Amino acid sequence: MSDIKKFMYLNRRAPYGTIYAWESLEVVLIGAAFDQEVSLIFMDDGVFQLVKGSDTSQSDMKNFMPTYRTLGDYGVRHLYVDKASLEARGLTQEDLIEVAWEDFETEEEVDNIVEPVDADQVAQLMAESEVVFSF
Amino acid sequence: MADLHTVNKSPFEKNSLEAAIKFSLAGSSILLIEDGVYGAMKGTVAEDMVKGALGDRKVYALKSDVMARAIKADRIIDGIELVDYTGFVDLVEANDKVQAWL
Repeated sequence: MSDIKKFMYLNRRAPYGTIYAWESLEVVLIGAAFDQEVSLIFMDDGVFQLVKGSDTSQSDMKNFMPTYRTLGDYGVRHLYVDKASLEARGLTQEDLIEVAWEDFETEEEVDNIVEPVDADQVAQLMAESEVVFSF
Repeated sequence: MADLHTVNKSPFEKNSLEAAIKFSLAGSSILLIEDGVYGAMKGTVAEDMVKGALGDRKVYALKSDVMARAIKADRIIDGIELVDYTGFVDLVEANDKVQAWL
């Protein structure tokens, strides 16, 4: 189909402190329903969105972290994470959630679509995208 | 005379924590809340700055915000004390005034 576009969602904000992370997730899920080719990049404080172990039981806020794990089921193909942003925050991929992906038609499976990338790759990925949404 | 300085922004996105440390007196208290709690993490580019403040100031972080942001207890910089909402109120009461760094 010629009307499929490459959508990139650029996430640069921490979860909870502002509404950006939650809004991005909402738009990603809506966009996924339109069968576009969807990828996400997490950089700067956005990498905190993927840190596992969030507990909002004492915060009176909805814990929307589990929703990220379902992104593969919505057809999101790649979750890229900027390596330098992780390092500046003392984080490694070990600290991040894993998100599985499966193509229900071809039964192709990927155990984890969360992938650390360096700055050159980030620039290339954004350049190759036809639409970039910033959050 | 001592003041309580609250910081609610990530140290990686804004200089609120840096300013709070720069412009607070020895003996004052700094309380990290909301995205400010990221400043309590070990191993980050902000760690040395926070450790420097711990020399002559007390640094606290709000536990519920630490938990929501998935920061484990063993990843908190040594010397930073976690407080709950009641502890927050106690700090406000124990200090002369509250200065918020937004």
